[in-house]
Amino acid sequence: MIQKISTVRELKLKANLLRQEVINMLAEAGSGHSAGALGMADIFAALYFNVLEHDPSAPEWKGRDRLVLSNGHICPIMYAAMAEAGYFKKEELMTLRKLGSRLQGHPHRESLPGLETTSGPLGCGISQASGMALALKRDGMPNKVFCLTSDGEHDEGNTWESVLFAAKYQLDNLIVILDRNYIQIDGNTEQIMPLDSVEKKYRAFNWNVMMIDGNDMEQVVTALRNARANTGRPLMIIANTVPGKGVSFMERNYLWHGKPPTAAEAKKALEELDDWRIKIVKGLA
Amino acid sequence: MTGESRSSKASLESLKGINKSAKLKFNQPEVPTRDGYGDALLALGAENKNIFVLCADLSESTRVLRFKERFPERFIEVGVAEQNLVTVGSGLAAMGKIPFVSSYAIFCPGRCWEQIRTTIGYNNRNVKIIGAHAGISVGPDGATHQALEDIALMRCMPNMIVIVPADYQETIKATKAIAKHDGPSYMRFARDKTHQFTTKHSPFSIGKAIVLKEGKDLAIMGCGPVLYDCLAAALALQKKGIDAMVINCHTVKPLDRQAIISAAKNCGAVLTVEEAQIIGGLGSAVAELLGEAMPVPLKRIGVRDHYGESGQPAELLSKFGFSKEHIVSAAEGLIARIGRNVPVIVDKISREQRSRIKTLSKGKERNIKRQSAIKIKKHISPHNKKIQKHLRKR
Repeated sequence: MIQKISTVRELKLKANLLRQEVINMLAEAGSGHSAGALGMADIFAALYFNVLEHDPSAPEWKGRDRLVLSNGHICPIMYAAMAEAGYFKKEELMTLRKLGSRLQGHPHRESLPGLETTSGPLGCGISQASGMALALKRDGMPNKVFCLTSDGEHDEGNTWESVLFAAKYQLDNLIVILDRNYIQIDGNTEQIMPLDSVEKKYRAFNWNVMMIDGNDMEQVVTALRNARANTGRPLMIIANTVPGKGVSFMERNYLWHGKPPTAAEAKKALEELDDWRIKIVKGLA
Repeated sequence: MTGESRSSKASLESLKGINKSAKLKFNQPEVPTRDGYGDALLALGAENKNIFVLCADLSESTRVLRFKERFPERFIEVGVAEQNLVTVGSGLAAMGKIPFVSSYAIFCPGRCWEQIRTTIGYNNRNVKIIGAHAGISVGPDGATHQALEDIALMRCMPNMIVIVPADYQETIKATKAIAKHDGPSYMRFARDKTHQFTTKHSPFSIGKAIVLKEGKDLAIMGCGPVLYDCLAAALALQKKGIDAMVINCHTVKPLDRQAIISAAKNCGAVLTVEEAQIIGGLGSAVAELLGEAMPVPLKRIGVRDHYGESGQPAELLSKFGFSKEHIVSAAEGLIARIGRNVPVIVDKISREQRSRIKTLSKGKERNIKRQSAIKIKKHISPHNKKIQKHLRKR
């Protein structure tokens, strides 16, 4: 079983470490998605080191919670969390997107134990997670299904098909976390295809809804732990995040959605992240 | 379809060379293949608690209604949402369930192809994809509902197997076989009633073609209910002194390479028949295989890069070239090509096509005709020579 981290300070440090790994991986790979991966680091740290029931030494353990990453392009942060948790050696992170690597540019289940599905093409994560949640309910199993989705993929029809479906079958063991960072490849989500108010939309679709600051570790951990007690309806946790969080020149800039840092940019990013780490250690952040 | 059958009733009992081990029986009542799916699901549901059926608002016409009534807790209704249909199926399969996801072939795999590719094919999940109402014989609903491209769509997807059962009994067997097969599978059905000619005792295993009738002059390879018309054509050919082999290629992927190569080698000419688009289906699969491994004169019958239209199934099958007469004439044309340096038979150009071509440019029509008449390379094996000699004598 995973050794759980229970203090917010340590989880913040873990998230900081994951961000550094992401910068290193993307700089080495020379391609990939920076902003979303950095923005979701706090939620990944909370999931892998506090919230999820899982066992990195036995990825197929039946009693595990399922984690479905719908927006597969932010997989560097997932790989970093998995390596840190012990699913594979950290050195392997540097093989991201390279020929022969288990760390495919978008996650492929069969190549890496610990992944629950293959993803990348948007809009099909919630429905797969719904299928899993439905099977668990039919079998009377207590495990939870967590699904991470993005605001951009709410443009997809498949997403809304699954939102209707999960409500119909009252999948209260399904916990969906929406990375509400307001960016997608071509620009701001509200300019490309307006989504606000996403909270009202989900309530109207008969979901339970929670709103959190997805970069505030205390709020993240509290919300995700409380989510386990969700009943009656599927749960949507709208996590407002800052894309590129922790790296000043990437934050809130949609141009960083789909590109990696250069070596010089990576150096700068790592310095900023290290400054942040020192602040966390000193209790200043 | 009642009364008027897909091909005039021929007493197939007088067909010589029927493969006894295929255990065929003629003059059985006509039943839609999809009924076999519904019946097999009931049996499977009782045997295996992991069998789930997912439906996209077509429970009666895809024949899953009785499963719904018998096993409501394992019947999932997703509404008119085929992308969700297959992806929920992928999620259920992730938990060890065996989901059968059913819709019309035009919607599934037609509408949700990428979802199938990513979450079932590449993800290698044990989902059974069922496309009902495939083929031109869907009839009055018209081209929007006549799936002709589904075989091509699914055949090109790694990990996927593709099955086209020939009749009611074979559909029962195929449904049970894909339930046992651990991996992504696609199976297509016809809408209307079709002839039954296999029986409970007929063999069926995935990937194993079945010789229905032995023969030595050409090999007719088909899949789906058109196989009955192939047998009827074989009878008509028999009366003309041509001994056609008929092979049931129910599994379009993986293709039974050995059976097809050996039939091509022994007969020297191959005719494929399928109620699907000529590009990418069984005929393409056979052409790809034989082109590499055993080139022989080949003719493919299918819908020639065209959409269907409204009409009665029998009318459409005749208009689009699936009648017994079409098969016979294609077979004769093919035999004439064995070992001879003759032009490829120019496909009949329809009136609409002709007028379309004319509006494009008058000169182009001549070019098209000229291109169609490109001479084939002389191909003659000692065996072919023997057949030609034999045919000439007759």
